[in-house]
Amino acid sequence: MYQFITGPLLWLTFIIFFGGLTFRVVWYIRGLDWKLDRVAYRTYPALGLKGALQSIIHWLIPYGSYGWRAKPLYTLVFFIFHAGLVVVPLFLAGHAVLLEERWGISWWPTISMALADTLTIGVMVTAVIILVRRLVLPEVRILTTFYDIFLILVSVAPFVSGFLVVHQVRDYTFWLYAHILSGELLLILIPFTKLFHVVGFFLSRGQIGMDFGIKRAWKSRKGFAW
Amino acid sequence: MPEGTLCNKNPITTKEQLDALLADKTGKIYYEEMKHLEVDTEKLAETLQATCKSRIRTWLEICAHCGLCADSCFFYLANQKDPTQVPAYKIQSTLGEIVRKNGQVDNAHMRYCMDVAWGKCTCCNRCGTFCPYGIDMGVMFSYLRGLCFSQGFVPWELKIGSGMHRIFRAQMDVTPEDFVETCEWMCEEQQEEWPGLEIPVDKVGADILYTCNAREPKHYPEDIAEAAILFHIAGEDWTVPSEGWDQTSLTMFAGDWEGCRLQVEGIYRAIEKLKPKRVLGTECGHAHRATVIEGPYWLGREDGRPPVPYLHYTEWVAEALRTGKLKIDPAKRIKEPVTLQDSCNYIRNYGLKEVTREIMSYIVEPGYFVEMEPCKEYNFCCGGGGGLNGIGIYRQWRNIGFKVKRDQIKATGAKLVIAPCHNCWDAIRDMEEIYELGIRWSFLKPLLLKMVIVPEHLKPKEEAEEEE
Ligand code: SF4
Ligand code: SF4
Repeated sequence: MYQFITGPLLWLTFIIFFGGLTFRVVWYIRGLDWKLDRVAYRTYPALGLKGALQSIIHWLIPYGSYGWRAKPLYTLVFFIFHAGLVVVPLFLAGHAVLLEERWGISWWPTISMALADTLTIGVMVTAVIILVRRLVLPEVRILTTFYDIFLILVSVAPFVSGFLVVHQVRDYTFWLYAHILSGELLLILIPFTKLFHVVGFFLSRGQIGMDFGIKRAWKSRKGFAW
Repeated sequence: MPEGTLCNKNPITTKEQLDALLADKTGKIYYEEMKHLEVDTEKLAETLQATCKSRIRTWLEICAHCGLCADSCFFYLANQKDPTQVPAYKIQSTLGEIVRKNGQVDNAHMRYCMDVAWGKCTCCNRCGTFCPYGIDMGVMFSYLRGLCFSQGFVPWELKIGSGMHRIFRAQMDVTPEDFVETCEWMCEEQQEEWPGLEIPVDKVGADILYTCNAREPKHYPEDIAEAAILFHIAGEDWTVPSEGWDQTSLTMFAGDWEGCRLQVEGIYRAIEKLKPKRVLGTECGHAHRATVIEGPYWLGREDGRPPVPYLHYTEWVAEALRTGKLKIDPAKRIKEPVTLQDSCNYIRNYGLKEVTREIMSYIVEPGYFVEMEPCKEYNFCCGGGGGLNGIGIYRQWRNIGFKVKRDQIKATGAKLVIAPCHNCWDAIRDMEEIYELGIRWSFLKPLLLKMVIVPEHLKPKEEAEEEE
């Protein structure tokens, strides 16, 4: 079982994950239409690139944009949540072991166990805050669907199960399998749900950045002040 | 009754149709007919297929439902944080629904879309700058307006406005003859005070071709006179076109994309015919958006720019002050707290924030200019943008929306608001009428005329002699 879910199933997961996301990227870029979007993408590559980078970078940095600064608490929660989501699975020592075992990659950087734990707890705590916020604030509740809640649960499941595995609560095998399978489920779901924002964020922000860089803020000396 | 006699899917293209629609005062019959207007779902699906591409589809799909855009919308703030005014909710429940159902929506839904697209959004694009994904609800609402228009669901005044543009190539029934006559009249009227003042019509190869807002010849002809006098003082070589002089676009507010194209085409034709070095538009925000920012795309210009540089009035004023073509008498600068209304259409959506501040530095005594909070690209819509000023059925909604701008102005403590945009100017006037803040509001032209130094040789003879 273990061999299967960390072998062929993992491969399949990666194929779906990367294939799906590649499809998303290609579909998005091919669907950009300078006439319909009313942005002369091709005519001003330099302005476009500058605008896109500006827009992406400002929003990648905590409090880097006017919009983030307008919501200081949410921004904190948001970045803790996402930092854990991205950093832990990529750089966990336990995952690096697998990389080495399976593919002989030994140079992969890892983070300390303490940091991984902190980040994981961060993910779980902020997920609860995000869920509560969803249900409490009227302006968010009106937008919330079961789908949103489902996605949060799916995203956090590998972290909860992984945490239990590492800390060997009990039923080690059960939680290990739960962790691997929920992780794979998450990866498979990403391209098919709005979780595809792992690439979509860059596409969408890049596009609006190009829009402002090329067209809507081109008269401003520094472009749009995100 | 699928198609009404007044409310139907066809745009107004003849004088008779226009008169019939105008005769239906406030659109009573029109809106009654709208309740029975059939939705051509097949056509809607086709339109979506052809025009709703990855950008909008991704925006609709990826929205995290996080609600961060809520506070960005002045409608939401002015309506005591009513959750149905959250931009994401507004767009998901309208366009989102149409896209998810691939056009299979009914009459009630289309009327709901109309209410939201025109009565709860001014397409100010502020929300787009607060969304982590950069989801621009303003852009989507203007797209939705296009869908609504194509199905006949458009506010009565804007159906008329679109018809005006299609018939007169102006937002009002002002013909080229009327326009030229108004220019001549204004010129004559000013001769005593401004001997030699000219409004050259259709001069080929001038440095500046000036285009305006049809409201100017129709309702405030002094505005044209003021523009002429300022050009006269600045010594500009300028002209107006007899055709293609109205830069505005109620067609854009209406979502009449074909009408938009026709309007801009007329102006660009004048540019090609008269070959000016540059074109300059009046103090109007949406006219600039339509003709300079979006217009090139409607006409399929791959460079996304007009055929020659096309300036907003504020750009010219800043340049004239900078180069000394217009000189301000320091004694006559504004010496009271004064604030500036940033128009969404050329500040947030064109980047002219520095230019407008530069103008303030010349015309306001240091220490008296007070910024609104927030300002520049983050400024709130005046409350009357996107055509809302002119729509009767949404008047109450608009008046509630004014509260945000009212409070912003109040907080500055200024009693004078400079509003270099027709829509903002109107909105502030109406706001003052309702909320009585005791403020004054002004375009730049009259303010400049009060403080500009007039070169000796331009002054009327007697006056010049008296002074000697
Ligand atoms: S801020 Fe953006 S992602 Fe969040 S609800 Fe609004 S539109 Fe959706
Ligand atoms: S474009 Fe402006 S008015 Fe429309 S939803 Fe966004 S913030 Fe509100």
